[in-house]
Amino acid sequence: MTVLPLNTLEDDGKAGQRLKEEKRIVVSMKNIEKSFAGIHALSGAGLTLMEGQVLGLIGENGAGKSTLMNILSGVLRRDGGEIWVQEKSVDYKNPAEALADGICMIHQELNLMPQLSVADNIFIGRESRKGPILFRSRDAERAKALLDDMGVAIPVGMPVGELSVAKQQMVEIAKGISSHSRILIMDEPTAALSGSEIADLFRLIRQLKENGVSIIYISHRLEELFEITDSITVMRDGAYIDTIETSSSKMEQLIRMMVGRVIYEEPKSCSRVGEDAAVVLEAKHLSSGDIKDASFELREGEILGIAGLMGAGRTELARLLFGADKRKGGEIFKDGKEIHIRSPLDAVRHGIGYLSEDRKELGLAVNLSISDNVSLTCLEEFTHMGVVQGVRVKERVRQEIEKISVKTPSVDQLVRNLSGGNQQKVVIAKWLIKNCQIFIFDEPTRGIDVGAKSEIYKLMNALVEEGKSIIMISSEMPELLRMSDRILVMCEGRITGKLLIQEATQEKIMRLATPCQSREEAWN
Amino acid sequence: MKRQIEKESRGGLKALLGSQRIIALLTLTVLFVFFSLFGKNFFTRDSVVNLFESSYYTLCLAMGMTFIVATGGIDLSIGTVAMCGAVIGGAAYNVWHFPMWLSLIVILLVTMTFGAVNGFMVSVLKIPPFVATMGSMMISQGVGYIVSSVQTMRYPIITDPDGWFKRLFFKTVSGFPMGVFWVGLLFFTAVFLMRYTRFGKYVCAIGSNKEATRLSGVNTRKWEWIAYIVSGVFTGFGGMFYAATYTSVIPGSGSGNEMNALAAVVIGGTSLAGGYGTILGTLIGVFIMSILKNGLLTVGLQQQWQVLFTGLAVLLAVYLDIRRNRKK
Repeated sequence: MTVLPLNTLEDDGKAGQRLKEEKRIVVSMKNIEKSFAGIHALSGAGLTLMEGQVLGLIGENGAGKSTLMNILSGVLRRDGGEIWVQEKSVDYKNPAEALADGICMIHQELNLMPQLSVADNIFIGRESRKGPILFRSRDAERAKALLDDMGVAIPVGMPVGELSVAKQQMVEIAKGISSHSRILIMDEPTAALSGSEIADLFRLIRQLKENGVSIIYISHRLEELFEITDSITVMRDGAYIDTIETSSSKMEQLIRMMVGRVIYEEPKSCSRVGEDAAVVLEAKHLSSGDIKDASFELREGEILGIAGLMGAGRTELARLLFGADKRKGGEIFKDGKEIHIRSPLDAVRHGIGYLSEDRKELGLAVNLSISDNVSLTCLEEFTHMGVVQGVRVKERVRQEIEKISVKTPSVDQLVRNLSGGNQQKVVIAKWLIKNCQIFIFDEPTRGIDVGAKSEIYKLMNALVEEGKSIIMISSEMPELLRMSDRILVMCEGRITGKLLIQEATQEKIMRLATPCQSREEAWN
Repeated sequence: MKRQIEKESRGGLKALLGSQRIIALLTLTVLFVFFSLFGKNFFTRDSVVNLFESSYYTLCLAMGMTFIVATGGIDLSIGTVAMCGAVIGGAAYNVWHFPMWLSLIVILLVTMTFGAVNGFMVSVLKIPPFVATMGSMMISQGVGYIVSSVQTMRYPIITDPDGWFKRLFFKTVSGFPMGVFWVGLLFFTAVFLMRYTRFGKYVCAIGSNKEATRLSGVNTRKWEWIAYIVSGVFTGFGGMFYAATYTSVIPGSGSGNEMNALAAVVIGGTSLAGGYGTILGTLIGVFIMSILKNGLLTVGLQQQWQVLFTGLAVLLAVYLDIRRNRKK
């Protein structure tokens, strides 16, 4: 892995990168090192940020973007390297010190106090006060003036927890601006926003930029980077790779830099499942608080992809099918017969297995062994007079995890110690041992490295070849196009489109997934 | 138009947040009216004064506890720490022959020290509050035994040379309960602390989202620590009120009182999950419990019924709190 010395980068900058000669460098990070428990998270990472610049920061999951930014904003401390802020060498011990230098980070998981009001959240740590006594009305006025300046309408007395995610984000940004931050770091700011909310955010970013605020913008969504950034810095495996001017870069080039090689997954060319294949699961007019009138069918041996933006109701649909949430209306048929699913237990009885998007929280007990986790679904089969027959359980689990090649020395290994990919396999084994026919995969490859990803794909393909059926929720377009036989697109709780794989394209999916009025026409 | 809608939803929300306090207030009124109508000698001057006097001690503990619960913590030691303070203060007065005023300061010093140690364990050593304060609950009992040599400590009665102490908290000649004055002063201080100071704001912020508060540049360690010290101060006043009301203090006693205080806090509407605290609610909670205690007696039900009803009130309050949080 080549690490460019960053001073040469600055020289390069003189020649080509700099758009406006008079702009000065506000942040320069060089050769940053950081290890967690002996594992290198960053090694030779860095970046250079100009005044009034919007700098995109990209890299695969685990490339170290967030770690680098946490170091810049004082959340973490570096092990080595140099940081210069406004031509001053710095080493922040805590976020307060970084804030004092005008560096503010807007974290991916918003860092707000839900029970506190908007104004309290914006000015926490910097309240108008005399001694220990607060002037709360003055803060409320200041907050209102600030939000008005930003052009967002949010009642300042409202508890932040009651606001939409987009508005909460605006509150975070207001908090940053109010502390006279000159450097804003945004970590995946659009992850939870809808199209129009993103437009609002971009308008605000442009406004900030005109006022000379510099912004580091972390995102996976390359299209957004092309729209909003001036330059893009690419990281890979904890190291600085390169910085290129946005206007002269190509998506293919960025992806190549991120992964070190060209990946372009060939989408599946046509569905393997014919129209005549048996329908194993059919949902008619399902509805709940989040889902509005969803009808679809799943065929034997099919992988049915469900696409949609964050908050489109994909997970909610899955939870509804699995009986985890209350159904308000609609019917579910399995093999042509109506089934009543009132709880996850009912779903499991009918051979439906659900693999949660949040493995650690909902899918696995990470402090238990593989054997304990896998056998959780079927302990009663191995129980004699109330006593669990440990040896038989382990033998059975061993067979099951061998089939799907979980890499582990023994079934007694704690799940905590397995890699993400292997953990995912353990969850799958849990349902296989129960002889499930229908699998619901919710973001099956989230947080899993590329190698393990392809193994999960192989496993999914093996499952459908055996005649099992899969519903796969995914946010990754290439994954959907590569794996699915058909794709359902959801938007705001409705199914807005059903595409056969041969007719599906990223653009079509995106159009169906984006909330807009014109869709009403396409939809009718 | 839009603004108006937002205002309305805000009003609705405020009502939601305040609902438990309102429910508590209604309950208090209903109970009071009920016992006034049906209780024998409930609605008399003596009985009402008695109601107040039996509430001071718990109210002090509960107000201190409110700050801690608002941070998302809990303090199991305040009941025994208050007694430990009163015992050591008594030892200072009786055994070491300190002047009365100095003995009262000793009480405060003892309870503040326990508060500071609790705060240190929770905020710096990161010991879960439940465990940390359970430890100091036992330690405070032990310290009380050791310092007093397991002797009951007596405070001066009204006719003693140092009787001004008792008069300070008790009825004046005209019959005005002076304790109301002092406890009122403490109450307004607590309300002020909670609502108008950085301390109160940060206490709720820490309970709401500690990490976010830390990332906002607030020294969460310091403020969480201070919350326990403040609670220690209120506990100290609780110890003084106890000594003034009951005159004799038995070493090692006081356990169970922290639960009464916690019950009052919860009944008043402070969320056990942290992030929100109401001193007024706590006051109402304390009075609900006192009215139950005194009122049930006047309708002929003994103390065991009070315990039962308090238990029901706590469960109801916690259930309302959970339902309110689930709605969000």
